[in-house]
Amino acid sequence: MLPEIGHFALILALLLAAAQAFFGLAGPALGRDRWLAVVGPAVTGQFVMVSAAIGTLLVAFVQNDFSVAYVAQNSNSALPVFYRVAALWGAHEGSLLLWGWILVAWTLAVALRSRQLPARFAARVLGVLGIVSVGFHLFTLATSNPFARLFPAAPDGRDLNPLLQDPALAAHPPMLYAGYVGFSVAFAFACAAMLEGRLDQAWARWTRPWTTVAWAFLTIGIGLGSWWAYYELGWGGYWFWDPVENASFMPWLIGTALIHSLAVTEKRGLFKSWTLLLAILAFSLSLLGTFLVRSGVLVSVHSFAADPARGIFILSFLVVMIGGALALYAWRAPQLKSRAGFELTSRESFLLFNNILLVVATATVFAGTMAPLISDALGLGTLSVGAQYFDPTFLLPMLPLLALAAVGLHASWKKGRLGERRGALLVTLVCGLLLAVAVIVGASGGTAVLTPVGLALGGWLLLSALIDPVDRLRRRLSLTPAIVGMALSHAALGLFVISLTTVESYTAERDVALGVGESATVGQYEYRFLGLQPLEGPNYDGVRGEIAVFEDGRQVSLLHPEKRRYWVQQSVMTEAGIDMQFSRDIFAALGEDLGSGRWSVRAQVRPMINYLWLSALLMAFGGLIAAADRRYRRPVATPQAQQVPVAADQGVGQALPGRAG
Amino acid sequence: MNHLTLARPHLSRRARAIWIGLVALLGFGAAGMVLAVDPVELQDPALQARYRSLSHELRCMQCQNQSIADSPVGLAGDLRREVRELLVAGRSDDEIRAWMSERYGDFILFRPTFSWRTAWLWLAPGVLLLLGVGIAVRIVRQRAALAAVAGVEDDDESLT
Amino acid sequence: MNRFLLPLGAFVLLVVVLAIGVSRAPEKSVIPSALLNRPAPQFLLPQLGSATDFDSRRMQGQWYLLNVWGTWCVGCRTEHDMLLEIQQQGRLPIVGLNWKDEDGAAVQWLQELGNPYAYVALDREGRVAIDWGVYGAPESFLIDPAGVVVYKHVGPITAEVWQREFLTRLPPPAGDGSTPLAVPQLPPVGAVPPAAVAGAGAAS
Repeated sequence: MLPEIGHFALILALLLAAAQAFFGLAGPALGRDRWLAVVGPAVTGQFVMVSAAIGTLLVAFVQNDFSVAYVAQNSNSALPVFYRVAALWGAHEGSLLLWGWILVAWTLAVALRSRQLPARFAARVLGVLGIVSVGFHLFTLATSNPFARLFPAAPDGRDLNPLLQDPALAAHPPMLYAGYVGFSVAFAFACAAMLEGRLDQAWARWTRPWTTVAWAFLTIGIGLGSWWAYYELGWGGYWFWDPVENASFMPWLIGTALIHSLAVTEKRGLFKSWTLLLAILAFSLSLLGTFLVRSGVLVSVHSFAADPARGIFILSFLVVMIGGALALYAWRAPQLKSRAGFELTSRESFLLFNNILLVVATATVFAGTMAPLISDALGLGTLSVGAQYFDPTFLLPMLPLLALAAVGLHASWKKGRLGERRGALLVTLVCGLLLAVAVIVGASGGTAVLTPVGLALGGWLLLSALIDPVDRLRRRLSLTPAIVGMALSHAALGLFVISLTTVESYTAERDVALGVGESATVGQYEYRFLGLQPLEGPNYDGVRGEIAVFEDGRQVSLLHPEKRRYWVQQSVMTEAGIDMQFSRDIFAALGEDLGSGRWSVRAQVRPMINYLWLSALLMAFGGLIAAADRRYRRPVATPQAQQVPVAADQGVGQALPGRAG
Repeated sequence: MNHLTLARPHLSRRARAIWIGLVALLGFGAAGMVLAVDPVELQDPALQARYRSLSHELRCMQCQNQSIADSPVGLAGDLRREVRELLVAGRSDDEIRAWMSERYGDFILFRPTFSWRTAWLWLAPGVLLLLGVGIAVRIVRQRAALAAVAGVEDDDESLT
Repeated sequence: MNRFLLPLGAFVLLVVVLAIGVSRAPEKSVIPSALLNRPAPQFLLPQLGSATDFDSRRMQGQWYLLNVWGTWCVGCRTEHDMLLEIQQQGRLPIVGLNWKDEDGAAVQWLQELGNPYAYVALDREGRVAIDWGVYGAPESFLIDPAGVVVYKHVGPITAEVWQREFLTRLPPPAGDGSTPLAVPQLPPVGAVPPAAVAGAGAAS
């Protein structure tokens, strides 16, 4: 009974979303302000209904109701409760429902904060979000119903894919979707502005925190996915340039560009049409990612089951949403003109280059991701594009971007004066170079050109980002969330570059065959295979190896890599044994049983690898801090009233070059 | 026969099933997500280094998106063996890539070979970068000229 | 034409590419063979049930089907009956390439299910399969009398596939249809042990 209620609730949610879309858009368009009153309750109702739908499915999972086909396919009575909950989004149908729920949650958040906004504008924003909701609920109901029953009910479920039975991966989809879907808010703000035919600096200020928070979620989601791949896929890699990874990375890159472009629009009223375009693109790429993952057009490690019907549905949805928005853009954007100027070394100029380089990087990733499809469509034959293409081509725009970021952080709005920061910039640059020299001499290796370049750039950016907050602290000036957030995110990017360079340059790695009592040398470490024990888990069994790792004759680590066999799906999983230390990860994974007590073992020592994820987390955290800045919470009354604070903001911005961004 | 050998036919069938769209599960190729660890090393460190990088460049044909270096599938192991033997026989990296694509087509190469068919892909990043920087420089010049004109004020709020 | 139309134009192009991608998604299972319209690789392999090796050059001058199979392969079991029917039709001989299998298991399989193959070559180490660009079993190659690979099918051959992809590529059978091509006389289907099949093939 409960699943049917859930199904019915989702249908009601669809109707409410349609009402939300209609009254939100038609009301302002026809000048019927009384219609606007419907929009808010429709959002609340939709939220209640989708929550009810997802709640019933959750109950079905927790109670092992295998008469629901989706539960039977993705859960099992032996599955721990935690994973039964996570199994909800373990496959296509449920994850789509989660997508829809997160979308409504964002919509509700916008509705609750909409008192800040002019009534008609807020209605339009919610109306656009309503269209997105309609699309997704319709998609779920028409092609991917998670409530479908199974007759007769299965005696037990086919279990959650063992790869997904992991805490990080359980949290990965909600985070990722929160980011993807969050960009729909910026998209809706952009569409609403175009419908109104009015885009001002206040618009940018409303849009900024939403964009930044979505971006922070996406950052965490991507980081979790990469972390999971590192220890769960079992071979120690953390980024594969897989189509699905790229599908999440492209919106991230464009979202990053959007955050910076919004800063310029807010502060100077510049780049308006460009900001609109980026807001459309960020969400479009999220939708495109969904399409690529779920339509089966690309072959990927992580893809969902391919279904042409689903592909056609999402493609039609893409055409309506993105095509509509871009048509609106072609009509409205030409009217957005601005006559403001800025000098060559002003902040605007740096942010312009930031945007161009990020878009070029995105286009490169896009070209590589789509190349197999494009090549096939043009009859140029099948091809594969892997890391060997992406690594060098992605660095091309990224390296200059890092250098420009280190300097651009200190540029002032409008005027090209780096003046007082010139000394500090030079000092930090020298420090970055010294770091590179020190690491290379210390590690006596790393001959590749990219090692010193990466270390120097990362070190420079890290220190450069800290100049402002340190300076303000020394002068006993207050630190606003905007300044702290910006400094933290950019310093984290510097840290990320340093750790990436270190991991790529100084990883010691070997595949070896080891019998009990035997040892092998990996770099300057000695791996000794101590033995193997049988292993029994709640829904799997297997073996657990014990490997001691020595450095200079001293034991530094004891690892327990596992090989698990999950009963239901009869699949074998490699569970790497990882000792996370302050400065390095010591890693071992069991390969295969070579017979006569010998096993093949992948041994890796990766310095600084944890800082990759730590820096991603810090970057996201910086975004959240910046989004909490008080100026975003200022109530917005009338356009006349806005003039004053914005002008004041500019005054502050020029007096204190480090301000915001 | 251990489970890894058994995984081979299972995966190939599974991969196909996913592509055709019959399986309503996540398409992780679940049975095959075990780690391949090939403890065979070449004596010559230089050859071993080339072996490592080459085996990461070749796609496992049965898997969804893995290189033969990471795939436990039987065929991947056979292909690794071929790479080692070709290396020991003194073939160059390019010769080995050509050897592979002769048999399996360009699909097996994760690094697309540069040809008229792939020129657009390889040239795109550079061309886009030049184009982008060109546009940026033009905009900066226009804006710098505007900034130089005294009296031009910032935009007012309601530009429509 | 203004520059603000460019994003829309680019998007339209993208949609075209994606639409082609969606329409072709079901074909994604097949990676086109690099061997098409090229001479089939020659090989010399041990033969099931025979002391003499199988030399692929003996197939020169006639159409034949090279079928890659293994007893571990589920799809091969699916297509086995179809292979027997193809053998019965007598349009062309089937050469089995037993891929990474155990000889005993292969013999038992053919004894139990019937033997559609004129010859069974044993590729125990999988080297010949690599030369042929095989990436999963079953795979079937159609080779013409000049020794050129005309077609490759990945996955089980069904009656429909046989009709659509193979028969249309073969020359029409000779007038009476009794012995259309220079096919070696095949023993009847049934409990014929592979040794007998191999012997008959070698004799012809």
